[in-house]
Amino acid sequence: MSERASVPKEEDDTEPETEPEPVTTGAQSVIRALENAGTDYVFGVQGGAIMPVYDALYDSDINHVTMAHEQGASHAADAYGIVTGDPGVCFATSGPGATNLVTGIADANMDSDPVIALTGQVPTEFVGNDAFQETDTVGITQPITKESYFAADSDTVGDDVSEAFALADAGRQGPTLVDLPKDVTQGETEVEPGTPETPETYEVPEEADDENVQEAAEALAAADRPVILSGGGVIKANASSALREFATEYEIPVITTMPGIGSFPEDHELSLEWAGMHGTGYANMAISNTDCMLAIGTRFDDRLTGGVDSFAPDAEVIHVDIDPAEISKNVYADYPLIGDARNVLRQLFDAMPRAPDADEWRDQCQTWKDEYPMEYDTPDDEPLKPQYVVERFSDVTPDDTIVCTGVGQHQMWASQFWEYTEPRTWVSSHGLGTMGYGVPAAIGAKLAAPDQEVVCFDGDGSFLMTVQGLSVAVREQLDITYVVLNNEAVGMVRQWQDGFYEGRRMASEYPWIPQFDKLAEAFGARGFTLESYENVEETIQEARDYDGPSVIDAHIDPGENVFPMVPSGGDNGLFALNEDHLDMI
Amino acid sequence: MPGPAPDERMRPKGRRNTQGIRVDPEAEVTHEPRQAVLSALVKHRPGVLSEVSALFSRRQFNIESLTVGPTVDEDTARMTILIEEPDPGIDQAKKQLRKLVPVISVRELEGEAVRRELALVKVSGEKPDDVNAVADMYNGQAVDASTDSVTVEITGSKQKIDAAIEAFKQFDVQEIVRTGAAALERGPKTLEKDV
Ligand SMILES: Cc1ncc(C[n+]2csc(CCOP(=O)(O)OP(=O)(O)O)c2C)c(N)n1
Repeated sequence: MSERASVPKEEDDTEPETEPEPVTTGAQSVIRALENAGTDYVFGVQGGAIMPVYDALYDSDINHVTMAHEQGASHAADAYGIVTGDPGVCFATSGPGATNLVTGIADANMDSDPVIALTGQVPTEFVGNDAFQETDTVGITQPITKESYFAADSDTVGDDVSEAFALADAGRQGPTLVDLPKDVTQGETEVEPGTPETPETYEVPEEADDENVQEAAEALAAADRPVILSGGGVIKANASSALREFATEYEIPVITTMPGIGSFPEDHELSLEWAGMHGTGYANMAISNTDCMLAIGTRFDDRLTGGVDSFAPDAEVIHVDIDPAEISKNVYADYPLIGDARNVLRQLFDAMPRAPDADEWRDQCQTWKDEYPMEYDTPDDEPLKPQYVVERFSDVTPDDTIVCTGVGQHQMWASQFWEYTEPRTWVSSHGLGTMGYGVPAAIGAKLAAPDQEVVCFDGDGSFLMTVQGLSVAVREQLDITYVVLNNEAVGMVRQWQDGFYEGRRMASEYPWIPQFDKLAEAFGARGFTLESYENVEETIQEARDYDGPSVIDAHIDPGENVFPMVPSGGDNGLFALNEDHLDMI
Repeated sequence: MPGPAPDERMRPKGRRNTQGIRVDPEAEVTHEPRQAVLSALVKHRPGVLSEVSALFSRRQFNIESLTVGPTVDEDTARMTILIEEPDPGIDQAKKQLRKLVPVISVRELEGEAVRRELALVKVSGEKPDDVNAVADMYNGQAVDASTDSVTVEITGSKQKIDAAIEAFKQFDVQEIVRTGAAALERGPKTLEKDV
């Protein structure tokens, strides 16, 4: 299906596997390192300084997906990493190729997604001379990677890549980069890369200290108003089922963070769904009033906490994280448990002296669910509501459907009105909030999970930022449904202007956007338009049935806003349910 | 049917400060900044200094000084970093430093650690004997002299060097260079043995 690096090969692919040819160049060593690490896909764009690496890829079984823009390569690799759990790999040439990757690398860094970026670089002798297409890629990316390597030698370049691979995946996942000068990749070497290993200075804790676990367990068992806050780290640690067992056994309500969506099934009676700026009212009430919070794999981002001074102020905090630097960074941890989330959950499970006595609290949480349901108005004469489109789509798709998004209001509706029940089905840009993430992320997600349905909810603004990626989806014949929740505006900005800038809509309305259905057709995809409630189900069905990429241009109510809302830096318990509430808080 | 409006909802009684620490709801508690001496062993290779200093600037930690130099092991360098931060910030600085791949170990040195700084002070050469006399007072010595100038070397604590420079001002100071502190723990403890 995917574009193979090889055009017809001389030897027959069906032959039993033979020993690979020994490497003869740095570039071959790079590719061998990727093969050793089990790489199936690489997302990238060709160019002068990276050509030796591509040339070596010609003889490899690794699939290369040519992207339309390097930003898309890094986002596709990121989504691939989220869905599979293994590092996604992207290639770019030096200079502009490398700088185009930067947004996706920064995005991966903020969300702890495993990504390896391999960038071409001008030959060593030109480095520092402002040569054609030179940039200080290591310097630019050092602050947004776990580590950026400058490969200095053909004999060690394979090991650099192996190490980068292992490091991206170790402990708290994240991006790594290896900058590859052209003379190093072209240079002769017979050195095969070693097995992927993290650098000796990088130590990953596995299990938390037993005594600390015991103390934390007793605090949790003694709580009257316990909650579990499950972050993206739970998904990364493959700890979702351990979480499910723990929560069910001890009957503790579970709230997720936004990156933690899918770590706990939203249809479970203990689920309060997700908390934060646009999280559910009931999750935010519970966060606000809990007296003991077991927080796992979350970095207490400000979109979750609002102002930290008002965040769960009654709560003793038990914080489980694999990264010691996350402990007490934003919210003080009374019980820090450093270790792999799955291991620590098992430890906690065994250490709990009893279940907390929390019948009343669970009743309270249920009351909040009844008081603050996730609702929207759907009178038939109104323009189409985006929430309706998301809900109808969610209703008809299998549980393991993967949802990707851009960034903005549509992202919030997609997270609020879709019911997530499985980990690795929610693929979105959280920490960096990158518009344009959706189109390429859906490509990476589909290639990572070809048997799962993939839908991307995008905003018109976000879609326009990476729409060229449609050409890739068409070329690869990827069965993805893109739904543009089209409000002819960068809606999230417009919402803030209306709420906090007296409705002065500076640069937020886009009445000149193209017809996305026609644009889709121009790329060779299927295009649909939705303008009213009438044919929503039917259009969704047609788009899903089409075997290839399709784009639904859904003209939604341009005045629709996202609620509930905790204003930036606000108090989670004082979320607004509508515009009037904004004036009260 | 939407539930109670913001001002009618169940409210917690507790409070945290802006550092996320639970505090007495009646009292105003924040941590005051203090000076900390961090000592780090790092891989001796290009880019380490920029990686470390970028970390500090990105996180807006206030660096007082940062010195770096080789150790007995030629693959390892040692950095001494003086920062002024509240306790949670110092803690973060240590943890973030430990995360950097080229960083081998990090420790905060105790208050009584041996701390030394070096300054070279170039003053007018008109009164060489007087310059020497002042240098003697601070255990310094002239390391270069010409008809127009004398350069004096002083080592010691930051306070001592501040005082010496103040004293040299009478000779028309032409140039100064200071290294920032290098520091080691007193007693047998070393960074390699005790991380
Ligand atoms: C690359 C980038 N530029 C700017 C922003 C600021 N921003 C955040 S949300 C938003 C609006 C997004 O508009 P659109 O994609 O149309 O989605 P909508 O909010 O209308 O659903 C903007 C401009 C951003 N997040 N990312």
